[in-house]
Amino acid sequence: MDLRLIGSSSPHIKDKVTTSRVMLDVIIALLPAALMGVILFGWRALVNIAISIAACVLGEYIWNRAVKKPQTIHDCSAIVTGLLLAMTVSPRTPFWMLIIGGLFAIIIVKQLFGGIGMNFLNPALAARAMMMASWPAQMTAWQAPNWMSAMSTEGLTVAVDSVSSATPLALQSLIISNGGVTSAQLPSYKDLFLGNVMGSIGETCALALLIGGIYLIIRKIISWEIPVLFAVSSMVLSLALGLDPLFNLLSGGLMIGAIFMATDYTTSPMTFKARCIYAIGCGLLTVVIRYFGGYPEGVSYAILLMNLVVPLLDKAFIPKSFGTLIEKKGEAAK
Amino acid sequence: MINHFKGGIHPPESKLTAGLPTIDMPVPKQVVIPMSQHIGAPCEPVVKKGDHVKVGTLIGDSSARVTCPIYSSVSGTVKAIQPILTAAGTEMTSIVIETDGEQTLEEGFGPVEAETKEEKLEAIKRSGLVGLGGAGFPTWFKLTPPPNEPFDILLINGAECEPYITSDYREMKENPRMIMEGIMRVLDITGIEKALIGIEDNKRDAIEDLIALDPAYDRIKVISLKTRYPQGAEKQLIYALTGRKVPPGKLPSSVGCLVLSISTVSFIESYFRTGIPLVKRRITVSGGAVANPGNIRVCIGTSLQDVFDFCGGFKEEPRKIIMGGPMMGVAQFSMQNSILKQTNALLALTEDEINTQKESPCIRCGRCVNACPMNLLPLQMNALIVKGRFEAAEKYHVRDCIECGCCSYVCPASRHLVQSFRYGKAELALIAKAKQAAAKGGA
Ligand code: SF4
Ligand code: SF4
Repeated sequence: MDLRLIGSSSPHIKDKVTTSRVMLDVIIALLPAALMGVILFGWRALVNIAISIAACVLGEYIWNRAVKKPQTIHDCSAIVTGLLLAMTVSPRTPFWMLIIGGLFAIIIVKQLFGGIGMNFLNPALAARAMMMASWPAQMTAWQAPNWMSAMSTEGLTVAVDSVSSATPLALQSLIISNGGVTSAQLPSYKDLFLGNVMGSIGETCALALLIGGIYLIIRKIISWEIPVLFAVSSMVLSLALGLDPLFNLLSGGLMIGAIFMATDYTTSPMTFKARCIYAIGCGLLTVVIRYFGGYPEGVSYAILLMNLVVPLLDKAFIPKSFGTLIEKKGEAAK
Repeated sequence: MINHFKGGIHPPESKLTAGLPTIDMPVPKQVVIPMSQHIGAPCEPVVKKGDHVKVGTLIGDSSARVTCPIYSSVSGTVKAIQPILTAAGTEMTSIVIETDGEQTLEEGFGPVEAETKEEKLEAIKRSGLVGLGGAGFPTWFKLTPPPNEPFDILLINGAECEPYITSDYREMKENPRMIMEGIMRVLDITGIEKALIGIEDNKRDAIEDLIALDPAYDRIKVISLKTRYPQGAEKQLIYALTGRKVPPGKLPSSVGCLVLSISTVSFIESYFRTGIPLVKRRITVSGGAVANPGNIRVCIGTSLQDVFDFCGGFKEEPRKIIMGGPMMGVAQFSMQNSILKQTNALLALTEDEINTQKESPCIRCGRCVNACPMNLLPLQMNALIVKGRFEAAEKYHVRDCIECGCCSYVCPASRHLVQSFRYGKAELALIAKAKQAAAKGGA
């Protein structure tokens, strides 16, 4: 028999994990929170998600066609970006704005820098920041969740009098600046945990995000240190500044940020030590922005800022090869 | 003390041939014996075309310091002495012998008579023995440590961590006493106090067999190791068994360890008893494409074609023929290549068994970093090497890469990591050479 032998380099076998499988796992992990978004904010949320995903996938498809690169939409990473983008903005975001945001994320933030694995900012977050800067009013027009209990509605009416929006963090911001709101008007932990508050489609239900996070850790898609240290460091600084740490953990984008955004492969560091520093930086900056900054929410800017430090962190922490340590010790002993 | 090295992987074990006793393959019509089957200087042929040789006739030797003699594995006539493209991709003088089927043994073999340590080491050198599982390091040379780095412990590598391969396992099942005696002999020659045998815990019965013997040998201890690739890599094995870490660029002797494989010590014992040099060895023939996988004893120099024919040919079309294991073995391009001294397995893998995924961009998932037993950053080294930045890759310690393949195995993007590291290391060697030449020229 005439054999057609392949002569490539070892190793000759590989496990079954592929890029698209990894992305699929991230999508699966996002589903509980996305589902909660639809339950809380209605069909509009679902349409938003669909439009955002379509914009991202289409953007990638057109880009690859235009620059004659091999098609990459099957790696599912554009779906992840689209899903994340929709989940981090208000359910009332206009469709056209989502489309612009999605195209911006894929073409400007991701592809112009070389595509998957090469961008230095998280595409979804960078797009969100761009939208926030361009259309601040529409980006902070929130919608009350369907489940809102009587008690939190009461708190809300007070707040709505003073500002156009009243996410839990906006209320906290008013407390910090003595804006006539008392902490009694903040939503309960239970509402925060179940997502029964105002906010972006995918960020309000801490429980659903937690389920997704645990799934990712069990599947070894992400490691624990980034979400855990992000959360812990933000809680510690909250406490030091006299804020309610648990409230700050459960409100706004912290959970989705710590679990899904800060852990983005491309824009987080490679080694354990660098990841710890990065995660703690994210946590601290988030609270600093929330407390001192003009915005009530700081998660996305904190992560984007830390994204910029990643190349430096990666350079600073080149691990020593196995065996190197002992040599040093041996010399010291001599 | 049992330590776990960091990283590593657990590929499917696929030890299809574990339960199959070794069978002898009949002598092929012809063998082709390359003059370099070891690390060090190649041998020069010491026979001529037309010479009649017997089993155990010296056919290749060298006066270089580090080398290893080569013997005929068959009786027959030297048909040709010519350069032949070997599995490594380089041309090597090889001796083609047409066999007469008699397998007459060269005269004068008998138990080795050696008194002093020097005589015994010389005898091992004359046996033609190289490490039977690895890169082909001459064993006599391994047994001679640098004077400032004396051995204090002998480690026997019975991990056999590569999938499919069962040749050391069969040695443990079939000749446990020979292994123990061989270890005692090495302890005696080298003056080392004690020996540890490290075996992966997926070979429980082999561990039990050896433990059953070990009360008679109080200087030998059998240790069960976690089944994790690359448990049998020298530095990882040393760490697992002793907790010692071999520094980058250093040999095991720098931490007082001598590491030999199961089949190697067993051969030493049989050699001292019979005086017959290394002319045959056991290999595992396996993989989804082979009709009758098995553990077979073959004459060194037998062609791959003859070996597969003996194993019933192929039941499916093989896409890769691999000499060695699927993680570190070398893909073969010709069925005329020969089985060498250090060949421990011959695999014929089907399309389904091998990796056929196309390379795509790195997603920086970090899986390669977690899998690397040498604590390197494969993705960074790869990114630099594909850009031609070899010296930058050196700062990421690419030269400490042991080419175990764990990184490529887990990479979702199927990056050609190991391949790029080999290339990078070769380029770095050239750069170093050029620098040396320039320095000499300048002086
Ligand atoms: S495993 Fe592959 S894709 Fe992941 S970081 Fe390493 S090289 Fe990149
Ligand atoms: S970089 Fe080298 S040592 Fe590390 S896993 Fe890859 S092949 Fe093995």
